[in-house]
Amino acid sequence: METFANSHNELLPQLFRMEYSKMTAVIGRLFGLHAIEIAEDIVSETFLKAAEVWRVNGKPENPTAWLYTVAKNKTRDYLKRVNLFESKIKGTLPLIIGNNELEIEQDLDFTHQIISDSQLAMIFAVCNPVNSTEAQICLALKILCGFSIEEIASAFLAKTETIKKRLLRARANLRNPSFKHALSHPVDASPARLEAVLRVLYLLFNEGYFSKTDDHLIRKDLCSEAIRLTLVLTEHAATNTTETNALLALMCFQSSRLDARANDAGEAILFEEQDKSLWSKELIAKGNYYLVNACLGNEISKYHLEAGIAYWHTTPTGQNKWEHILQLYNQLIILEYSPLTALNRAFAIGKVYGHKQAIQEVKKLNLTDLNYYHALLGYLYADTNIEKAKIHYEQAITLSTSISEKNTLMKVLKRLKAQG
Amino acid sequence: MKEFMLIFRNSNPAPDTPTPEQMQERMNWLAGIAAQNKLVDKGNRLSMGQAKTVLPDNIVTDGPFTEIKEFVRGYIVVKTTTIDEAIELAKGNPILKMGGSVEVRALLTPGENN
Repeated sequence: METFANSHNELLPQLFRMEYSKMTAVIGRLFGLHAIEIAEDIVSETFLKAAEVWRVNGKPENPTAWLYTVAKNKTRDYLKRVNLFESKIKGTLPLIIGNNELEIEQDLDFTHQIISDSQLAMIFAVCNPVNSTEAQICLALKILCGFSIEEIASAFLAKTETIKKRLLRARANLRNPSFKHALSHPVDASPARLEAVLRVLYLLFNEGYFSKTDDHLIRKDLCSEAIRLTLVLTEHAATNTTETNALLALMCFQSSRLDARANDAGEAILFEEQDKSLWSKELIAKGNYYLVNACLGNEISKYHLEAGIAYWHTTPTGQNKWEHILQLYNQLIILEYSPLTALNRAFAIGKVYGHKQAIQEVKKLNLTDLNYYHALLGYLYADTNIEKAKIHYEQAITLSTSISEKNTLMKVLKRLKAQG
Repeated sequence: MKEFMLIFRNSNPAPDTPTPEQMQERMNWLAGIAAQNKLVDKGNRLSMGQAKTVLPDNIVTDGPFTEIKEFVRGYIVVKTTTIDEAIELAKGNPILKMGGSVEVRALLTPGENN
């Protein structure tokens, strides 16, 4: 199937990306979690058939409906074959118990509701803490987003073999009998399970937003897929929580800056130097909408706080902007420690109380092996102690693993050296 | 790493609700500890108004009152390698500017001797 996504036909790869995961989810729910591969095979075969038939006959009037019909027929054929084999030859029960043919027909209707229900079930099945978060993200990309193994590998800067192995192990874990019914409905959307799901979607988004890869297109893809999956959660009452809305608001705000964050050469552009006219007003408006929804309850999650910070970043300076941002970072770091939050908070201190106080705060952090630690100190020293600034920028460049980041830092260093 | 409780005391009668500036200063201090990954429990502020003391023989009295010296106002738990490090953290608490004090006490682990 991998070759397929890379096919030169313009329409099919696009349809593949949009429909693969939906079809896999609908058919997969019929078979149960232990047999997701069967669903994936059927959907893959459907796309192969499309490639063959459309090449000869031209593309059908309604390509999506065509795909759904073929997938449905293939599923029906598969079930007939297997049930015949199971009952007549092996004398065991049919593969699918308790579903008569009429129910199967209904379950295979690709209506918006069924697709949405199935995708929700599949999201919960895939984002299962039985696997490591890294493995969950890989599985999500493969099954929920229709990414090829090559695409996943390039997003993680990993070898395709590594990703293949990771996926194999993750699938094996999901086949464990105790998780067999994980795809049944209603979905178990208990707070703990929903929290685990939100965490994977959050990390999936971050994988795109703070990606190791310099491939701008893949990064955008990861972000928009994370948004699409989170939107599925908002379509169901049990998962449409204030926390879900806060996460979605955060994703919208961050995404609004995606186009402004890199120049044509793929180099990162610092926040303050971004062309704000490139920020997507539409996504900011959506972010505002979900943030209002997120604030309907009393709960304040880390997504609320991060969305709040991202909101303030979309506003012009003044209006005590940085005071608000600092307060939110204070709450965030108290709620959950992370080195990046600690450094971002110190940056906000610099904005509110001046660079001198921020330097003191940064030095207490004991994060000398992080490139951001040195990049931040370099920035904070730049206007008072240019020699120290240079030393820290040099250390940041040595520690950085991203080429575009190195380039950005080297530009700053060059500018400093020109000053003296 | 060892855990220490910081207990905030103040005999100076100040209102239950601090000013936004005081809140901000306290939050900056608390978050500064969290930013060093040394915060174990952000603890609580303790009410001055809703306070009773239970004594033997089923006697319940109002108070303690704020007039009582060294009224406990709140607590947090931090983790540091030494008590001196915990003391350094305590030194930044704004209650010290208002005539209060901070008590630093090691949390004993099960089986640990005093």
